Amino acid sequence: MSFEHHKDLLGLKDLGKEEITTILDVAVPMKDIIKRDIKKVPTLRGKVVVTLFYEPSTRTRTSFELAGKYLSADTVNLAVNTSSVQKGESLRDTIKTIEVMGADMVVIRHSMSGVPHYVSRNTSMRVINAGDGVHEHPTQGLLDMYSIREKKGTLEGLKVAIVGDILHSRVARSNIFGLQKFGCEVRVIGPSTLMPPGVEKLGVKKYFNIEEGLEGVDVINVLRIQRERQKKGLFPTLEEYANLYCLTRERVSRARPDVLVLHPGPMNRGVEISSEVADSVTSIINEQVTNGVAVRMALLYLMMGGSRDEIAG
Amino acid sequence: MNFIEKTRIMDEAGMRRALTRISHEIIERNKGVKDLAIIGIRRRGGPLAERLAEKIKEIEGVEIPVGLLDITLYRDDLTTLASQPMVLRTEVPFDITNKVIILTDDVLYTGRTVRAALDALIDLGRPRAIQLAVLVDRGHKELPIKADYVGKNVPTSKKEIITVRVKEIDGKDEVVIEELAGE
Repeated sequence: MSFEHHKDLLGLKDLGKEEITTILDVAVPMKDIIKRDIKKVPTLRGKVVVTLFYEPSTRTRTSFELAGKYLSADTVNLAVNTSSVQKGESLRDTIKTIEVMGADMVVIRHSMSGVPHYVSRNTSMRVINAGDGVHEHPTQGLLDMYSIREKKGTLEGLKVAIVGDILHSRVARSNIFGLQKFGCEVRVIGPSTLMPPGVEKLGVKKYFNIEEGLEGVDVINVLRIQRERQKKGLFPTLEEYANLYCLTRERVSRARPDVLVLHPGPMNRGVEISSEVADSVTSIINEQVTNGVAVRMALLYLMMGGSRDEIAG
Repeated sequence: MNFIEKTRIMDEAGMRRALTRISHEIIERNKGVKDLAIIGIRRRGGPLAERLAEKIKEIEGVEIPVGLLDITLYRDDLTTLASQPMVLRTEVPFDITNKVIILTDDVLYTGRTVRAALDALIDLGRPRAIQLAVLVDRGHKELPIKADYVGKNVPTSKKEIITVRVKEIDGKDEVVIEELAGE
């Protein structure tokens, strides 16, 4: 298999198409395990995974924790706000402490882009980036790709629209990097204040008008609008944002009839997505959560299930 | 690595006869086919399971449920293998609880695959009994595991490799003994 030479998963930009395919393929049998009565296999007995989240999260963190448990790894959540971090311990020392306690992998989320890369250079543990600043959220990108591939049968050549706050979205970036490797046409839709300058250089098509952008797409991935952005004056009010960009049934009808609607959660109903669309048959938002566990199980297996000497480096 | 073929121990007809005999033995030993199900260990145990079910249907006129078991996640040698094996799907579309499961594989060697398969099976339910059918038993067991139905007993040296080929995967049916070239 072709994932064996990575110590860490820091971003989808660094992965090849074949490696992504391997992860998605392994996630298929993993999803079967989640649906069984006995949701446990002994594969990672004796391995230890620590989740270290410097930003709030429920689903990503829980998803990693369950993925580890379903594979029989021991998982520990380090609660940053009650830990020595509050006493001023440096990130490097925190990481070293976890490492010398015997952990095999650290899953890290941080508000600053590049932190997982820094950690990767300073530890022998395996590192998974669970979201770093505005850079990448590779496991979300992978679970989105898995969800799309499962429903559409293939990723090749699909038209995918990403709607919302493109500027601050690590989910958007991981999706763009991943989907483009499969020849998808990726469109980004949002107000100019939430559009990164020069986004076209990533090879995507930019739309300020949602109706135009959704024309004929196979997939719509709706991003969460972070309310704190409004305070910074990037859009006037949530109502105005909703008027212009909320994914409503009328807007969905611009896309192909068999369109899929994704959302990484948590949703602001009535802001970026209407309840009607969120709960409609085209929406696979709940299934994305299940798929997230399966994809993370695949990664844990691929990164820790084999011989350490063979995979290291 | 290059392997040279030393002996061909079963051809298409030989394989067919062995599977026919095993089918009769399964029916005889279980006094019929009630509650019987066949589960093949991926990959080459899969086609063999299908063929046993076909033979049993020919003989008894009853359709036996067939499943596929992937044991990768239950292996005890993952940390020592040079290359990480691909995980495939386990496809057992029926409840195995209270069934008599005929576990099927191509070659019985150390017994470790069967050990993993037993663990994998028991995570799916509680069968009334599990019986083991293999096309070739080559000896050198490392665990107290014994086959209930054997196509052919083939004493081998550890340097030799038994290769089972099946039409569904390899394009032809045969069993050959190979040895690493230059040894």
